[in-house]
Amino acid sequence: MKLNLRDYAELEDWKPEDLPVGNVTAAGASQQYITGGWRTMRPVWDQDACKNCMLCWIVCPDISILVKNQEMVGIDYDHCKGCGICVHECKFGALEMVTEDQAKGE
Amino acid sequence: MSNNKAFSATGNQMVAEAIRQCDPDVMAAYPITPQTTIVENYAKFVAAGRVHTEFVTVESEHSALSACVGASSAGARVATATASQGLAYMWEVLPIAAGMRLPIVMANANRTLASPINIGCDHSDIMGVRDSGWIILFAETAQEAYDNTIVSFKVAEDRRVLLPVLTTLDGFITSHAMERCEMNDDQQVKDFVGDYEPLYPLLDTNNPVGHGMYANAPEFAKSRVNERAAMDRSLSVLEEHGKAWSKVTGRPFELVDTWGTEDADYVMVILGSAAGNFRHVARQLREEGVKVGIVRPRVYRPFPAEQIAQACKGAKAVAVMDRSDSMGAACGPLGADVLSAFYTHGLTVPAKNYVYGLGGCDVSNEMVRRVVADLEKVAEGSADRSLTYLDA
Amino acid sequence: MSQLTEIRWHARAGQGAVTAAKLVADTALMLGAYIQAMPEYGPERTGAPLKAYTRLCGEPIEVHNTITNPGIVVVLDETLLPLVDVTEGMLEDGVVILNTEMTAAEARQALNVPDSVKVAVVDATGIALQTIKRNIPNTPIVGALAKVTGVVPVEKVKERLVEAFGKKFAQEMIDANLKSVDRAYEEVTVA
Repeated sequence: MKLNLRDYAELEDWKPEDLPVGNVTAAGASQQYITGGWRTMRPVWDQDACKNCMLCWIVCPDISILVKNQEMVGIDYDHCKGCGICVHECKFGALEMVTEDQAKGE
Repeated sequence: MSNNKAFSATGNQMVAEAIRQCDPDVMAAYPITPQTTIVENYAKFVAAGRVHTEFVTVESEHSALSACVGASSAGARVATATASQGLAYMWEVLPIAAGMRLPIVMANANRTLASPINIGCDHSDIMGVRDSGWIILFAETAQEAYDNTIVSFKVAEDRRVLLPVLTTLDGFITSHAMERCEMNDDQQVKDFVGDYEPLYPLLDTNNPVGHGMYANAPEFAKSRVNERAAMDRSLSVLEEHGKAWSKVTGRPFELVDTWGTEDADYVMVILGSAAGNFRHVARQLREEGVKVGIVRPRVYRPFPAEQIAQACKGAKAVAVMDRSDSMGAACGPLGADVLSAFYTHGLTVPAKNYVYGLGGCDVSNEMVRRVVADLEKVAEGSADRSLTYLDA
Repeated sequence: MSQLTEIRWHARAGQGAVTAAKLVADTALMLGAYIQAMPEYGPERTGAPLKAYTRLCGEPIEVHNTITNPGIVVVLDETLLPLVDVTEGMLEDGVVILNTEMTAAEARQALNVPDSVKVAVVDATGIALQTIKRNIPNTPIVGALAKVTGVVPVEKVKERLVEAFGKKFAQEMIDANLKSVDRAYEEVTVA
């Protein structure tokens, strides 16, 4: 049976029967949940320094290193929580942690 | 009507046969006395190719039920079986299966819980999981264990219900005693139970879904409201399917089995295999001029409160027989349920609660007579109505 | 057989008392009776004294408990006598069937039962060793039970044995078992 994703918090007056049986959700619910707002610092990517070794892609716990055709194309700031593991692991100085204020000031 | 040949079988054999006839896609189970022969018999069916079931051998009961939850989410018809400490070890996963609305069918050979360690029958194990969201059935005989198990699949998988079911039989007394039984044809069972069509199977890759999600406060509570509504609905669904199966078999299926309650002065409410002993003595007492009635709920969750209150309304006194205790409570678990049923339905009949048959203690005729003798005093208002242990 | 018949079996675990309890029940079932057969519930320990039970009735059997007032007591091992009160609770007009080399009179003395109780003896072990070539007295003693109590006809016992053993055992073994039943039926004596 086809299910649609819904954000129940946005519904005003919703009833228990609006929930699917067993609280099953359509796949991909976590993609809708914007966890990027939890961040106080963010990794910034220097494309010129990057060798596409994919170490950051392997270690990122939030699948936030964006890759296309086997090359890094950016960072998913909607879901990156700013843990800094990618920056710690990068061997080429291609990732740097900056505060959100710094990032927004730029 | 059934014209099946009578044969001898134990309750566990009958449960294994019932599961075989329903042919689940997956069975994940771990052996424990007195359930073991269900799993043994079923493993033989698998080895002989008589079922298409994938039998998953697991390292514990916690894993058994976890595997069942996974398989059921995937969209499989799923069965398992356990008892006692095994059921206790499954505890964490029980409300998960119910909350996820997975129609898993589990047989339980009722056995007490340690300590002291003991393998005998009582209802401590099953009463410990009564609030976990599983439908709970009690069989009096091996025959009923068979019928209940078949009906369990039908009720669990009904779209109006979608809840897991525990189909229980008393350990050793029913699980291991050989009795005269009859079995329906495989085709009859197949036709009755039908194919299982899961609602949101994980393996439906065209409609990808997530099972077992986190839910915040208001969503969580609303989910529970749904679970409660499904459990309440399941009582009439159980009655409907039980009657339909009864039509196929010619064997009775009542939510609450009553004997002599129409004109009984003294009524005893009891679950499981010992009901027969009580009925046996009740017949003797009737011949001696004492009007005794027996009320035996075949389903414990959802609790058939209205039916029980109805059956007890003409009585002068009622005894509620618990085969386990709720330590520190005013009553045993069945006692509390029955008394609350009386209160909600406006009954003020005096009642007394007993604990009997713990850890395999035998039920004697004298025990039943003692209860009836007490009830005569309870009716007069001259008896101590506190919880009484009968075994010691 | 409209009346309830209750049989209590005394043996040591491993001597086949449960099989015998079931054989009698299954034979009665062939004749249309309602039946129960069950072991004493507990851990299984080979050699330990155990009880098994058989109930037969023309009507459905409602009770689910152990048998405390048996009409028939069968003892498969006489070394149990000093250890277990085998006649405990038995009916005044009951029957005890004992596997022993003792005479019926000697057995009566050993059991110390009132005159109203019938005592029967058969050397089921000896018969088993000669026919089945193994010390499993459970099959022959059912032949003795058939003779002394008449609760099941011996021909039906044998029919049931063939049915039960037919799939599992060679013809020689089946024949040996049938012979053991016949011999016990012939050789059992009553005092």
